[in-house]
Amino acid sequence: MFSQEFMRNALLAGTFIALACGVSGWFVVLRGQVFAGDALSHVAFPGALAAAAAGVDERVGLFGATIAVGAGIGLLGQRSFAGGRGGGAAAPADDTAIGAVFTFVLGLGVFFLTLFSTSSGGGSGIQTAHTLFGSIFGLGSGEARLAAVIGLGAVLLTLAIARPLLFASVSPDVAGARGVPTRFLGIAFIALLGVVAAEATQAVGALLLLGLLAAPAAAAHRIVGNPYVGIVLGGLLAVVAMWGGLALGYAVPGLPPSTAIVGIAVGIYYVSTIVA
Amino acid sequence: MGTEAAMGMRTVMGTDPRLTWNLAHDVSEVLEYHFMVNALLAGSLVAVMAGLLGWFMVLRRETFAGHTLSIMAFPGASGAALIGVPATWGYFVFCVMGGLAIGRFSGGRGRSWSEQSALIGAVQALALGLGFLFVSLYGGVLGDLNSLLFGTFIGISDGQVLTLLLIAVASVAVLLALSRPLLFASVDADVASARGVPVRGLGVVFLVLLALAVAATSQITGVLLVFALLLMPAASAQAITARPGLSLVLTVAIGLVVVWLGLGIAYFSVYPAGFFVTSISFAIYVGVQVWVWARSMALREIQVSEPPTEGVIA
Repeated sequence: MFSQEFMRNALLAGTFIALACGVSGWFVVLRGQVFAGDALSHVAFPGALAAAAAGVDERVGLFGATIAVGAGIGLLGQRSFAGGRGGGAAAPADDTAIGAVFTFVLGLGVFFLTLFSTSSGGGSGIQTAHTLFGSIFGLGSGEARLAAVIGLGAVLLTLAIARPLLFASVSPDVAGARGVPTRFLGIAFIALLGVVAAEATQAVGALLLLGLLAAPAAAAHRIVGNPYVGIVLGGLLAVVAMWGGLALGYAVPGLPPSTAIVGIAVGIYYVSTIVA
Repeated sequence: MGTEAAMGMRTVMGTDPRLTWNLAHDVSEVLEYHFMVNALLAGSLVAVMAGLLGWFMVLRRETFAGHTLSIMAFPGASGAALIGVPATWGYFVFCVMGGLAIGRFSGGRGRSWSEQSALIGAVQALALGLGFLFVSLYGGVLGDLNSLLFGTFIGISDGQVLTLLLIAVASVAVLLALSRPLLFASVDADVASARGVPVRGLGVVFLVLLALAVAATSQITGVLLVFALLLMPAASAQAITARPGLSLVLTVAIGLVVVWLGLGIAYFSVYPAGFFVTSISFAIYVGVQVWVWARSMALREIQVSEPPTEGVIA
């Protein structure tokens, strides 16, 4: 299995993407922002299509769209929070605004898809499937290294802001009174989430990111209460799901690796709800 | 994709549809074609059904659940293709199963919002994974992927309109029968539960009804754009007025306008209907938000600019 180059690339990129998803996912679950993460993974698709229609590198569109929408959601959420409609960190961020924004961006995606397929003719279905579901076995060695670097960077950034972010997430009022820039942290975190979403999109696809972001982190939340142990555990469980999924996808013909990765991640979460 | 089908349809018609200054003529041209009449009928049914259920969805803050239910249509349709039954069956079966799964697992006591949203996310990820598996087992030819995701309004048969009618009537009837206790449970779950309202059971029944509405809506707008009819009209109406009856009526009215305009414009354009439906709906939503914001600013201005009269305070 390791003698195949595509497998080594997939393992390299997959490990760091999973680590980034698991670590940032722990905060996503804590802050109740799974829906926001989901929305980010969806806007990656129109972003990539817009870039394709404009003839730019797909990744420019991916990262541009997710970071922009991430910052937008951060601002919107903060506004509704300041307006007093929330009621504590456990309340949902403005979920109607998130739903409306990503649906509109997806609507734009259809437009770009039509534009793209009429201008270049054919092949759009494959392009759609590629962006939506990812093709981790199709990564080149350069792409894999880049993905690993970005994944590692996202992990380090999350860890760097972990302490104030934890304070701001658990008790925003007290943190604000103690001088922690809660508003800035909220926006910075969701923009960081945008980077993770764009990166993971290439490995597991825009629509399957959620499994890596939500399921291992939710399991970690159930198993341990200590935040730092939880963050590490979230990262580890995501890596386990990634490795298991890659191995299964390699061994079982017809089984897409994305499906196997998400299946294992959700399985881990399900076991954790029974055990803990 | 719907566009090619539309082009083909136009070649058969032998005319190139073009907007003229005579609006009545344009409308009568649209209504001349049976497929457009069917599309408008189905769209109107869906707008009413999605509006009513979406109104409760927004009130209950279950947008994420609604989105996850819409994703259920993907494994539904691809699973149906795999075993060779009509896609519609798969839509409805998987959507209802998803509604039951979310309702069964998320309603438990002592579960915080954050864990609930993680759980819904896990259900959605699993559904997507299954859908992708079905697609690759089916043979990988995703001819209908785009119309599944983004909808098509071409070629809706009389039978489909009838099915939609039955589902819409049944689910709206159940919703109206449950509307009073459901409203109570949605606004204040604790008090409702103390007064003996079966809050949890109502939640599950509501999710199943929502699943039916989502499955029906996704036939018109596609899986990814259901919120154009499910979420945005309801969110706009609730921002305009706080009165339940009035905002329900407004929701349905906005939904109908969006569908008619969207389908009408799409008929004269090469771009897909989903794009127009979503954009019109989003424009209304943003317009309402801006209006509400401007009104609150104006109110604040009045309060600030009026200095307190000392005589009243003394």
